[in-house]
Amino acid sequence: MKLRHLLAAGLGGAVLALALVEPSLAQTPTVEAPTAAAAAAAPVPNKGDTAWMLISTALVLMMSVPGLALFYGGLVRTKNMLSVLTQVFAIVSVAALLWVFYGYSLAFTNGGGINDFVGGFSKAFLRGIDANATVGTFSNGIVIPEYVYLCFQMTFAMITPALIVGAFAERMKFSALMLFSVLWLTFIYFPMAHMVWYWGGPDAVGNAARALAAATDETSRKAAQDALDAVNADAGMLFKWGALDFAGGTVVHINAGIAGIVGCLLIGKRIGYGRDLLAPHSLTMTMIGASLLWVGWFGFNAGSNLEANGSAALAMLNTFVATAAAAVSWLFVEWAAKGKPSLLGMLSGAIAGLVAVTPACGFAGPMGSIVLGLVAGAVCFVMCSTVKNAIGYDDSLDVFGVHCVGGIIGALATGILVNPALGGVGVPDYTTKPGELVAAAYEFGPAFLAQAKAVGFTILWSGIGSAILYKLVDVLVGLRVTSDEEREGLDVADHGERAYNY
Amino acid sequence: MKIVMAIIKPFKLEEVRDALTSIGVHGLTVTEVKGYGRQKGHTEIYRGAEYAVSFLPKLKIEVAVAVDLVSNVVDAIAAAARTGQIGDGKIFVLPLEKAVRIRTGETDIDAL
Repeated sequence: MKLRHLLAAGLGGAVLALALVEPSLAQTPTVEAPTAAAAAAAPVPNKGDTAWMLISTALVLMMSVPGLALFYGGLVRTKNMLSVLTQVFAIVSVAALLWVFYGYSLAFTNGGGINDFVGGFSKAFLRGIDANATVGTFSNGIVIPEYVYLCFQMTFAMITPALIVGAFAERMKFSALMLFSVLWLTFIYFPMAHMVWYWGGPDAVGNAARALAAATDETSRKAAQDALDAVNADAGMLFKWGALDFAGGTVVHINAGIAGIVGCLLIGKRIGYGRDLLAPHSLTMTMIGASLLWVGWFGFNAGSNLEANGSAALAMLNTFVATAAAAVSWLFVEWAAKGKPSLLGMLSGAIAGLVAVTPACGFAGPMGSIVLGLVAGAVCFVMCSTVKNAIGYDDSLDVFGVHCVGGIIGALATGILVNPALGGVGVPDYTTKPGELVAAAYEFGPAFLAQAKAVGFTILWSGIGSAILYKLVDVLVGLRVTSDEEREGLDVADHGERAYNY
Repeated sequence: MKIVMAIIKPFKLEEVRDALTSIGVHGLTVTEVKGYGRQKGHTEIYRGAEYAVSFLPKLKIEVAVAVDLVSNVVDAIAAAARTGQIGDGKIFVLPLEKAVRIRTGETDIDAL
C-alpha cells in the first residue's frame, strides 16, 4: 500500500516536473539552430544501406549457428556430435562478448605507436558510441550507423575461431578450447582485423586529397601533402601494403586455416586414425549446414560492401557463380579420379569456392570468379585427398585443406582478377579524383606482390602466434582429453549429454 | 523344440515372413546385425579418406518351432531368402530346452 502511494506521488511529481520543463524543451531547437545547421553538413545514414547491413549481420550469424555447427557436426562420429555443436555455439557467444568489451576497439581504433599492428582501447566497452554515431563506407559521403557496423564486424570475429574447431574435432578438451579461443581472438584475430581493415575511410582521404589539389603555393602544398600522408598512414599495416581483401580471405580463412593445421599437428591424430572407420555420422546435417553457409555468405560477402548498391550486387553474383563453379569442379574431378561423384565432395568444393571468392568478391568480375571457383575446387580436392594422405596429418574436418588453401588461392587470385582487362573493377583509388572512387591503373607486379606479402604475413602471424598460444594452453589446462574419454566420445566425457537418445 | 536362427539380407525380410506365415509359423524375432562371411565388403570414400567397410548390415531372425516343423521352416527360409548371389546368409538350427508364454504361464509347445 505504502509503495503504491509512493509510486503515485513520484509519478505525479514527474509529470509536474515535465510540465515545468516543457517550455525550455520547446525552446531548444531555436537555441541550437546554428549548431544543427552545421551538423546537417555531416552525412546521414541511408535507410536502405542500414537495413541491408542489419540483414547481412544476421545472415553472417546464421553461417556460424546453425550453419557451421551443422556442417561440422555432421562430419564427426555420433559420439562427438554434441561436442561440436557446443563448441561452436560457445565460441560464438564468448567472441560476441569479447568483441564489445575490447575487440572492436582493438580492431577499429588508432593504436598510437603500434597502430600498424593493433588498435587501442579508446572504444573499449563501446565507449563514446551511441545510436547517432556513424562510420564511413567505401563511398565518399556515405555513412552507416556505427552500431550496425560493429555488429557486422562482430559476426566475423564470432565465426573465425569457430572455424578452427574442425581441425582438432573429436579430441580437444572443452576447457582448453575456450581458453584458446579467448587468447586467439585477443592476440591473433583482433590485430589481424586491424591490420587489414582499419583505415581512415574515403572521406578523410578524399578531403585531404582535395586540400592538396586546392593548395596553391609551395608551403600550403607541402602542408596538405603532409596531411594526406598522415591520413594514409593512419591505417593497418596490410592495408597500407595495398593488400586487397574484400570480405576477409586473410583475416578469416587463412588465419583460421593456419591456426587449425598448427593445432592438429600439436594435438596429434585421433585414436584409430588410418585404421578405424572415422566416417561422418550424418551427411544430411552436413548438407543442411553447407547450404546455410552459402546463403549466409551473401551477408558475409555482399554485406562487406557496407552499402546496398551495384557493388554489393557484384559481390553477390560472384558469391553465386564461384561457389557453383567450385562445387561442380570438385564433383567432376573426384568423379574422374575416384570413380564416383560424392555429395561430401561437392559440398566441400562449394565451401572452397566460397572461401576463395571471399577476398575477391568485390574486385573480380563474374567470369573471373568462375575461373577462380574452378581452380579452387580442383586444388582443394587434391589437397584433401592426396596431399593430406601423403603427409599424414589428421585435420579432422579439413580446415587447412579447404579454408587455408582456398583462402590463399583466393587472396593471390584477387591480385590478378582485380585487373579491369580481366573483368575486374580495378584497384580502388580515392586520391586521384578527390571525393570519388576511381580505378587506379592496374599493374600486375605490385598488385600481386601486395597479395603475396599479405598471405605470407598472415601465415607467419597466425602460425607462430597460434603455436605459442597452444603451448601456453597445454601447460595451463592440457589440450587433449584422455584416451578413455576420447574413445567414449566427447559428448558424454565433456558435456554429460548425448546428441541422440534413441 | 528347436530355434531356427537365420542371417539374411535385409531386403528379404518381408518375403521370409510371408513364407513362414504360409506354413503356419506365427511369431518371429528380428535383430539388425553386422557381419561378414564370403561376401567382401565395399569401400567408402570421404574427401579422399578411403575406408574398407567389411562388416555388412544383415538381419538375424529367430523362430522357435516344434521339432516336426523344423525342416519345413528351414526350407521356407532358404527358398525365400535366396538370391543366388554371395552374401545370402546362413541358417542355424539349435536345440531349445524350455519355453514359457509370460501372459498365461503356458509352457513348451503350448507356448510357441
